Amino acid sequence: MTLRKSLIGATLITGALVTQAAAENTFKFAFQGTLKSLDPYSLNETFTLGTLNNVYEGLTRRGPDLAIMPGLAESWEVVEPTRWRFKLREGVKFHNGNDFTAEDVVFSADRVRSEGSDLKTRIPEDAKFEVVDDYTVDVVLTSPNPILHFEWDTWGIVDKEWAEANDSVRVTSASDQSATTISLQANGTGPFKITDHDAGVKTTFEANADWWGAGERKSNVDTVEFSTIASDATRVAALLSGEMDLVYPIPVQDIKRVQDNEATSALTGPELRTIFLGMDQMRDELLYSNVEGKNPFKDKRVREAFYHAIDIEAIKQKVMRDLATPSAIMISPFMFDNASDFQRLAYDPDAAKTLLTEAGYPEGFEVGMDCPNDRYVNDEAICQAVVAMLARIGVKVNLNAQPKAQYFAKVLASGGFDTSFYLLGWTPGSFDSWNVLHNLHGCRDEAGNGGMFNLGGYCNEDVDALTAQILVENDPAKRLDLITQAYQITTADAAYVPLHQQGLAWGVSDKVNVVQRADNVLMLYHVNLK
Amino acid sequence: MSTEAQELKNGGFWSRARDSDIWFSFRKSKVTIVAAIVTALIFLSALFAPLIAPHNPFDLATLSLLDSLTPPVWEEGGDPRFLLGTDDQGRDILSTILYGSRISLAVGIASVLFAAILGISLGLLAGYVGGRTDSIIMRIADVQLTFPAILIALLIDGSVRSVLGGIDREQSAFYVLVVSIGLSFWVQYARTVRSSTLVEKNKEYVQAARLIGLHPIKIMARHVLPNVMGPVLVIATINLALAIITEATLSFLGVGIPPTQPSLGTMIRIGNDFLFSGEWWITMFPGIALAVLVLAVNLLGDWLRDALNPRLR
Amino acid sequence: MLGFIIRRLIQSVVVMLVVSLIAFVMFRFIGDPVDQMVGLETTLEERAQLREQLGLNDPLPVQFWNFVSKAAQGDLGISYQFKQPVSQMIGERLPATLELSFVSAVFALVAGIPMGVFTALRRESILSKIFLTVSLIGISLPTFLIGILLIFVFAVNLQWLPSFGRGEVVDLGWWSTGFLTVSGLKALILPSITLGLFQMTLIMRLVRSEMLEVLRTDFIKFARARGLKDRAVHFGHALKNTLVPVITITGLQLGSIIAFAIITETVFQWPGMGLLFLQAVQNVDIPIMSAYLLMIAFLFVVINLIVDMLYVVVDPRIRLGGNKA
Repeated sequence: MTLRKSLIGATLITGALVTQAAAENTFKFAFQGTLKSLDPYSLNETFTLGTLNNVYEGLTRRGPDLAIMPGLAESWEVVEPTRWRFKLREGVKFHNGNDFTAEDVVFSADRVRSEGSDLKTRIPEDAKFEVVDDYTVDVVLTSPNPILHFEWDTWGIVDKEWAEANDSVRVTSASDQSATTISLQANGTGPFKITDHDAGVKTTFEANADWWGAGERKSNVDTVEFSTIASDATRVAALLSGEMDLVYPIPVQDIKRVQDNEATSALTGPELRTIFLGMDQMRDELLYSNVEGKNPFKDKRVREAFYHAIDIEAIKQKVMRDLATPSAIMISPFMFDNASDFQRLAYDPDAAKTLLTEAGYPEGFEVGMDCPNDRYVNDEAICQAVVAMLARIGVKVNLNAQPKAQYFAKVLASGGFDTSFYLLGWTPGSFDSWNVLHNLHGCRDEAGNGGMFNLGGYCNEDVDALTAQILVENDPAKRLDLITQAYQITTADAAYVPLHQQGLAWGVSDKVNVVQRADNVLMLYHVNLK
Repeated sequence: MSTEAQELKNGGFWSRARDSDIWFSFRKSKVTIVAAIVTALIFLSALFAPLIAPHNPFDLATLSLLDSLTPPVWEEGGDPRFLLGTDDQGRDILSTILYGSRISLAVGIASVLFAAILGISLGLLAGYVGGRTDSIIMRIADVQLTFPAILIALLIDGSVRSVLGGIDREQSAFYVLVVSIGLSFWVQYARTVRSSTLVEKNKEYVQAARLIGLHPIKIMARHVLPNVMGPVLVIATINLALAIITEATLSFLGVGIPPTQPSLGTMIRIGNDFLFSGEWWITMFPGIALAVLVLAVNLLGDWLRDALNPRLR
Repeated sequence: MLGFIIRRLIQSVVVMLVVSLIAFVMFRFIGDPVDQMVGLETTLEERAQLREQLGLNDPLPVQFWNFVSKAAQGDLGISYQFKQPVSQMIGERLPATLELSFVSAVFALVAGIPMGVFTALRRESILSKIFLTVSLIGISLPTFLIGILLIFVFAVNLQWLPSFGRGEVVDLGWWSTGFLTVSGLKALILPSITLGLFQMTLIMRLVRSEMLEVLRTDFIKFARARGLKDRAVHFGHALKNTLVPVITITGLQLGSIIAFAIITETVFQWPGMGLLFLQAVQNVDIPIMSAYLLMIAFLFVVINLIVDMLYVVVDPRIRLGGNKA
């Protein structure tokens, strides 16, 4: 990669002619978003981390089915409830040729928790990393933590020596006066190297012939070109015209078109994100409603009425074109074994009207709804459908659909939870229920301490008590039971109206084989050109 | 009113229009007649939409998601209740076009009026008075031009949102659009009017009027203004179309008329997502409606300009 | 003339200051940059800390001063989302936008002026009516829809032209150009048409209406009476006299081409300034937004200056504004 030096507003680009990288096997793919910084700790966001995972590897990995597999750590064991021992893989080299050792792990553990890192939650603040020998690291905890390593697949290990030599010890932060090397260049241990990075436009990867896992690598790809194509229609067009081998996501309505096209097909599957409706149950009077002096959502019957009013099958069929799984709980069944114990409240507008009447709103009421329009699959269309369905039980909803920048600024903690009724989606980063119970169901104060994404301020002390137990319970069976109990309470409380897990839809050229992971991450070593 | 002013009035804008055999030139051009009829029809149907539309697409309680994506009646799977089919929310396309053209026309006309009044006044002032006034106005224009309509809309929309907190989005979006589109257009009027005024004000008849001692405002209104109306009308007709299209573009970026009460532009934007998937009617019919409306207005504007311009007789 | 230029330059600096001030006030409303810079799970304390580091808690005048004093030294800051120097990113994106704008402006002029002249001289011919009508239909649809339709026909169905991006570019020092490769030139076609269509129609209509007016003036009648040939009358006298408003509008449109490029660049994923700016708006990337506006302000100021000077050259009747009341 050529480093480009800036010179007062203009740019000096080294090299005269760009020669086409006409490698034998070039794989081109496009995604709607951009690969922002190359620093693996700068942004906790699925696409950035997932893509950088091809370059920087964690101690663990996630397989095609998201099962945790050994990564840079060959094995690990819980020596004592609060002491974990990780055995590191030997003979692994970074792309610059440096050896991977325990020092790099300790360095990365410090760096990921340093100021400016957006991945601080990967490791508990008070966990200590101890070097036992060059290839053994102990992690000492203050309390047991069964899910310690659940998010370590996206905590990529950085080369200590290289980072120190290249002014990249600190995590790249926007408040910096100058860019760090690590935000422009990459040096990991992974199966791919980044050879060129034109931020927001195109990033080129090259296969790492010296990768430790080269033996198991099924990929025959030499070069990968990633482009950002933000517009849905253009992205689909780039696939249909043969310019791209893989584009994702594709709009659900275009699946058929991609399928019908001779040279392409659609790859669909369930995603882990749950889409749901939330209601402000905390304020004594709603911010956006014509009901004065009280908050209708504090009444469980009103929440249940809203639940009964939703025709989830119609949303699934018409808005999502069957690419969604209606959900009765706030987590994907792939991450919770007892999901089938739960049933949605039936679609029943009459029951809904009765409940509203019992709650004292026979004529319904007015409420404002916040909705993003560029965040989730057909988010705005879902909100519109919800508005129409609620209109039928007499509730007039004033829809305020906005781009995600404004939407999140308004409804999240930083905006003071400025909403009465909203649509949100949630994927637990750890693929575990504790995250869902803590973030979406934990009691919070007005500043957001506690359940930070519990925008409606649902609060049940029993749930909080269970959540605290779940965090430290090491026995899987007991833990599952506690989680089930917690969900039973939140479901009975009608804390939220869960809608569905949205589906993944990728458009793939028939020239390639890929593996679609349920977290919407593309691992390049799963790509094979025919 | 003084005698001179009276005389000037007789020689002014409207009498000149009357003398230009406006009616004759209208009847002479078949295209114009057709355009006028089409424009009138669209205006009338927009005005009386609640009376003639088969459904009320803004009444959400009557919408059923199960009716959504129905093709037009002559296609397989069509439903006689929905002549031109339905959109992704189950709204009848025909009714939505009728209601939507109402909103589009209102946004278009209001923002063009806003821009024209602002721009013409400032342009006349700058061109006629000159000096520091001119400099200040034209530099404001420079600043204004730096902000594309998109940005102005984002700014105003953002401010309105933070003030209203998203209440009455359907109402506020209209005013946000009128002001932001209007603000992005006025400079064109101002600059064109100013440059014409610079030419006109040195002509003998204006200097003569000044010699008689007429008030500058009267000189501007009676002598200069009619002579700059030609280019202004060209701009205004194109702007009406542009305003409607800008509204659509802004909705493409998420700051247009909200989809619960869609304008033609919003409908096209929504339908845009269904172009590849074969539900062409969602975007095509509003697109045709918009194109016909814009075309008719433009043709009418062309004719009006020729007919009103004394120098073209 | 020199005094005029100096005065305009001083005014220009004021304009740019005002633009950046307005920009600053405006950004308050677009969203919270911190929300876009961190993942959802980042705690409030960390967000507050970041906000403090970014200086977002400073009083507005202080932030403004910091930005302006740095910008004056050519330091536009670091992009919030990409963590790269903004000046470098803009340097990379600017050629893309300028080449696209240039090609569409040329397309608009080369197609628009002759069509305007033709429709004015042959008012009643069928071809004139076709020109007028077709060009109107072309601008009766929103840009994004025209872009998508062009992609649909030429990229997806016919597969003649690329659907997105710039194709292959050649680096000439600090300028990357798409003019020197086949794929680069092919990639320019659809976006330039999309972007230039509107300007072409506008120029055509303007030339036509001005020509019609000028052709009726005594000045032309005298020219004819003097026995000049039609050709000389039309092009030597008539066309020349239509140029004042054409220059005004074209100059103004050059700016709006660059502004409107935002939409075209979005549809075609053209890696230019407009796309960068729109991404910045979506992500509340204040350094990029500020820098973009400054750039645009600068361009407009330059264009306006040139337009005003051309006035004087084309129409000596106009005295330079600001000399006398």
